[in-house]
Amino acid sequence: MTLREQLREKISAAFYRHGLLCASYPVPIILFTSASILTCCYPLLRLPLPGTGPVEFTTGVRDYSVPSHEPQGDLGERPDWYRGPPVAYIQQVLVKAAVSPWDSSLVTVDVFRSPLSRAFSLLEEIRNHVHSDSSGIRSLETLCLQVTGLFPGLRRMQSVLPEHGCLLVSPGNYWQNQRELFDSDPDLLKTIQKHEPKGLHTSATLRDLLFGVPGKYTGVSHYNRKRVVTYTITLVLSSYDARFLGSLRARLKQLHPSANCSLRDDHMVHVHFKEEIGIAELIPLVTTYIILFAYIYFSTRKIDMVKSKWGLALAAVVTVLSSLLMSVGLCTLFGLTPTLNGGEIFPYLVVVIGLENVLVLTKSVVSTPVDLEVKLRIAQGLSNESWSIMKNMATELCIILIGYFTLVPAIQEFCLFAVVGLVSDFFLQMFFFTTVLSIDIRRMELADLNRRLPAEAGLPPPKPGPLRPREVPPPPRPSPHTITLQTPAFRNLRLPKRLRVVYFLARTRLAQRIIMVGTVIWIGILVYTDPAGIRTYLAAQVSEQSPLGDPGGGGLPPHLGVAPVFRGGDPTSTLSIHPAPDPTPLPENQSQGHHGSARAGPLPQAPPAVPQITWGAEDEEGWRRLSFRHWPSLFSYYNITLAKRYISILPVIPVTVHVSPQEAIETRHPQDTRHPPPPIPKVSADLQTDLTLYKVAALGLAAGVLLVLLLFCLYRVLCPRNYGQNGVAHGRRRRGDLPCDDYGYSPPVSEISPLLLRGHSMDIECLASDGMLLASCCLAGQIRVWDAQTERHNIDFVGGATEPECLGSEARGPSVSGDGLSEEEDSYPLRHRTAPARPTLFTDQPDLTPLIDTNFTSQPPSHLSTPPREGFDFGGLVERAYIEHEPPSNSTYPSPSSASSSPPSGATADWESSVWAMELRGNLIAAGRSSGKLELWDAVEGSLRCSNEDGVSGITALAFLNNRIVAARLNGSLDFFTVEINKPLCLLQYRGAPGRGSMPPSPCYSSEDVISCQLTRSVQCAHQKPITVLRAAAGRVVTGSQDHTVRIYRLEDSCCLFTLQGHSGGITAIYIDQTMVLASGGQDGAICLWDVLTGSRVSHVYGHRGDVTSLVCTTSCVISSGLDDLICIWDRSTGIKLYSIQQEVGCGASLGVISESLLVTGGQGCVSFWDLNFGDLLQTVYLGQSSDGQGVRQLLVLDNAAIVCDFGSELSLVYVPSVLEKLD
Amino acid sequence: TNTCSQTTNLGIRGAMLFSVGVFLALVLNLLQVQRNVTLFPPDVISSIFSSAWWVPPCCGTASAIIGLLYPCIDSRLGEPHKFKREWSSVMRCVAVFVGINHASAKVDFANNVQLSLTLAALSIGLWWTFDRSRSGFGLGVSIALLATLATQLLVYNGVFHYQGLQYTSPDFLYIRSWLPCIFFAGVITMGNIGRQLALYEYKFIQEKTHQD
Repeated sequence: MTLREQLREKISAAFYRHGLLCASYPVPIILFTSASILTCCYPLLRLPLPGTGPVEFTTGVRDYSVPSHEPQGDLGERPDWYRGPPVAYIQQVLVKAAVSPWDSSLVTVDVFRSPLSRAFSLLEEIRNHVHSDSSGIRSLETLCLQVTGLFPGLRRMQSVLPEHGCLLVSPGNYWQNQRELFDSDPDLLKTIQKHEPKGLHTSATLRDLLFGVPGKYTGVSHYNRKRVVTYTITLVLSSYDARFLGSLRARLKQLHPSANCSLRDDHMVHVHFKEEIGIAELIPLVTTYIILFAYIYFSTRKIDMVKSKWGLALAAVVTVLSSLLMSVGLCTLFGLTPTLNGGEIFPYLVVVIGLENVLVLTKSVVSTPVDLEVKLRIAQGLSNESWSIMKNMATELCIILIGYFTLVPAIQEFCLFAVVGLVSDFFLQMFFFTTVLSIDIRRMELADLNRRLPAEAGLPPPKPGPLRPREVPPPPRPSPHTITLQTPAFRNLRLPKRLRVVYFLARTRLAQRIIMVGTVIWIGILVYTDPAGIRTYLAAQVSEQSPLGDPGGGGLPPHLGVAPVFRGGDPTSTLSIHPAPDPTPLPENQSQGHHGSARAGPLPQAPPAVPQITWGAEDEEGWRRLSFRHWPSLFSYYNITLAKRYISILPVIPVTVHVSPQEAIETRHPQDTRHPPPPIPKVSADLQTDLTLYKVAALGLAAGVLLVLLLFCLYRVLCPRNYGQNGVAHGRRRRGDLPCDDYGYSPPVSEISPLLLRGHSMDIECLASDGMLLASCCLAGQIRVWDAQTERHNIDFVGGATEPECLGSEARGPSVSGDGLSEEEDSYPLRHRTAPARPTLFTDQPDLTPLIDTNFTSQPPSHLSTPPREGFDFGGLVERAYIEHEPPSNSTYPSPSSASSSPPSGATADWESSVWAMELRGNLIAAGRSSGKLELWDAVEGSLRCSNEDGVSGITALAFLNNRIVAARLNGSLDFFTVEINKPLCLLQYRGAPGRGSMPPSPCYSSEDVISCQLTRSVQCAHQKPITVLRAAAGRVVTGSQDHTVRIYRLEDSCCLFTLQGHSGGITAIYIDQTMVLASGGQDGAICLWDVLTGSRVSHVYGHRGDVTSLVCTTSCVISSGLDDLICIWDRSTGIKLYSIQQEVGCGASLGVISESLLVTGGQGCVSFWDLNFGDLLQTVYLGQSSDGQGVRQLLVLDNAAIVCDFGSELSLVYVPSVLEKLD
Repeated sequence: TNTCSQTTNLGIRGAMLFSVGVFLALVLNLLQVQRNVTLFPPDVISSIFSSAWWVPPCCGTASAIIGLLYPCIDSRLGEPHKFKREWSSVMRCVAVFVGINHASAKVDFANNVQLSLTLAALSIGLWWTFDRSRSGFGLGVSIALLATLATQLLVYNGVFHYQGLQYTSPDFLYIRSWLPCIFFAGVITMGNIGRQLALYEYKFIQEKTHQD
């Protein structure tokens, strides 16, 4: 034993023990695993959450100094990005301007024209500000961030953004910072709008950039109710000079004092920007994730044969994911901080770790013998795959080790993660997944057990007793002996997929719940984001109720629509300035004063006319209201990236500007007055409300449409058109494995109860029916005739005919006819009663008792002594029997022995040979025997009408059409017989010339007729080898033989029309019907469709491995079954296989078509109904309690949608009431 | 009809391989673009197509040829490829290929030799993990060498401007050390996809011949 084998054995043993352990203690192991996962993931809590949002850090202004580059360990709270100087310092000058007091003569444009015009003077002031002290003279030029040109490709920005020099942004940029352009601009709003992007607004528009406050807070619009205009002048500084900024702040405050402004100015905020993920990076990332999901999909698709496929797939994914988390956690624990972008390497890690082991494990465990104990199955499955798992693991570790020695830091880090991930994945596979698998398999077995129990409990106890029905009085129609439909919940019923989806939706109320949850979430979002100002409203309500609140100040209308922007905050902190303070004397260095600040006296107008400029807490850090991409996009215009860098935002400088009405009128452009007056504020408020409502409604509508689309997609995904493809999968389902009970819906109950017909003592060999009667013949040679045609499908045993040759004893040969006769005697009175009066007598009798039994062994032995006489009196007895009610015919009734060619000899001679073929037409049964004898029996009376012994070779197949009988013999010859009816008195009309083909299909022969059977033609050597199949329809006889050919004969003149060649094996199945459709199947598995009129082959398909055992055609398709237990459905016109149904092994090959869309197949003790259109199993009907062993070998579909099938020695009649409706 | 349907199948396969090749070329080009551009430019979409317009179609054509060639050679040699014939394995292969590209674009190597060696090891690992056939290896190496040669010729003749710019010297070296391995890995990947696609057709033809 080599070392390798030793190792292998040891590994296998270890895995076996481990499997036993896992399967024995599932719950503790899962708990243990979860605990270890959580423990390993604990260090992850300390990691910052991934995200691209900016991070802030606040420091004081007073003791600010540029942070050094070196990391300083002791400053715990200082983030590690806060190193080195920032990209830039941002200084914003927040201007709030209003025309005060408001004059009714002013127009709407005045609200913002003159306040905006003040920006130019302020800009001038800022640009010209110089601070000089001991260290020198500093102006803005020396401190500001000098830009050197816009990013190429931003041509449209060229006119508005500064191209070189100081980066100083204000609304004045719209007019190139020139007052003249501003003054001559007839429509300011149009100029502003001109630069807005069309269509969807991105997060940082040019308007936001220039105004420095979000667009709706600027107040630059015609509908500004508050008449306050807000904008900022943004200075971007490259270096920080506290003294210069201090003097600038003081200067501006002095010029434009903001009384009662309590904005804090002692904090500066450093904002760090993460790396932006743009589309350029997103596309590869998305691609890798798509590949990853495809990988996971293709992997988990292979999981099969388990209780819950999705559950196991989920467990597999959880295994992989948590192993990754564990590896990251462990690496963090041991001080390896991940520098790689987790989102990027994650797919590769999953691919490296892989799902293969999980799948291999599942497959291995599933393929262990089912009858083993779960524990042992798990252990065996594990140990079977142990070697390959270990080998793969070692290979992967080796590859990763090689990667580690590339000495590239990034790859090393990846490898380290991968190693830890692999090990933790292995751990989880061994503990977590194996345990989940064992639980799953146990569940499956439990489910199987649960399913089987009720099915068996529903069966009645098996009846003990001998097979021979004579001794056993038939049960007085005990309902259960036919049963076999299980309780509705366990019905074998295959619903279409879309119905199952609907059932699923209905059962779980999924749609309702989704809508409910969606609504709740939506309301939550509404409350959170507060589009309608609910919070403002609530705050107002609270302040109204609080004793400190000003009761008069609660001027807010109670409806939600009013959303005052600046008023809504804390009322105590908002202070209003009613009259503007007197302007202070202008300092020295102001180059351009604003003249005529003297107002024309306060106008005694109503308080609402005075615009209120208030400073609230929200102004303190107004930049927060901007998009977080505001600063990155501003800098990106100058090709400066903020990714992984930070900027410092200095406290804003508040500036309050009051413009007198006179000045506003002076600065007017001539066209300003032409603008329409603004709508009444009240209306605009309503409009706002309406707009909000519309938005909400549109959102709701969009959500609804989305939901509908989603459901539609779901439907399309779950209901593909190729229904048939699924047939294979569910065809293999075991008995009792039910598709629909999972959904808790029981299908509509349709009563299908098979009726059991007993009587035969041996296996039934032949089965024939003409719709009215049903004849069956068993191996023992007994022929039994049953009535198949009563409305209430109670079968009545009409007449037992013949032949007690079950033991085949030669000694009794001579006595047999006596037996037959004695039967006739027994049955005589009964027959007499039943034949005419059957309908009235039996419709009310549900009893299926075979009224006559023909077992000859019970006959009195006295008959044995007088065989010849009895035999010759046979005809006479029959005759006598009929004399009673048919007097006219008796006088001329010839003796059977004289009229027919050979009844006496036929009736007596051949009891040893068995019946090989049987046909039934009208009330005549044609039976072909192995001895080559053809016999005609009266099905009603059970009497032998004639027989023909012209041939000696065994009759393998019979066809009985009109008055012709065609017999195929073992030696390959084909004999055509004509049945002639000689009317004794010619009182009855002659029923038609033989061979005319115009006779009714089921001629009724009256018992007085003398029937003779003449051999009209014998085609010797019709085939070289034995004829296996013989079918007749539409005036044609079709034979198939083992010599690979099919021949078509005309029935009338026995002329061979065509010899069809095309099969490469013996013919095993032929189908022909009235429409002259001919299909043949052979041992080569091929199916040929032929044109009967021309003898040409229409199509030729291979469908089966092995013999084709049965063939049926409907108008649109051909159904074939083969020895490979496959049922194939072919399109008849194109010869394309539509789908196939895999049946259980050893299933009968019997097929029948009840209607165009209903197929019935025989199985092991059951028959199954299939929907031909979809290949769905509709129902399986079990024929009897002892049905498991016996397969249904023959299946006959009767005209009234009843199915007769034989299994073993029993016949079963399944009447399908619901099918009748379908047939209409 | 048989030959007709066979050519149709061939066409479908070729079209699928072509589209996969074009898609991968665009995505991988984007990865390389990222390496050279620090700032995310305002109009990104154009950067997807920043290289010459004929590069993606060329990649697509090449991948179609390779993907059809592999199963063809397999059948000629009479040794059908049996190793890991599953879509999940193919997906894994594609993911590893993208990963190799990602690594070559994102990871900063000390020098070009290191880059070459690492990529070579990764490519060989790819072959060993997903292919393991001698024919695959031979074809991969020969095609990679040919393609590298062709690219070098194009560059020397100045036809091919990487991203519309002339190569600077280090860039050029970077590209040269990067190309053969990537080509090899790409050939293996496309061959894998092509074989998997051919497997379907093979099954189909088998069924068909059985029918006839």
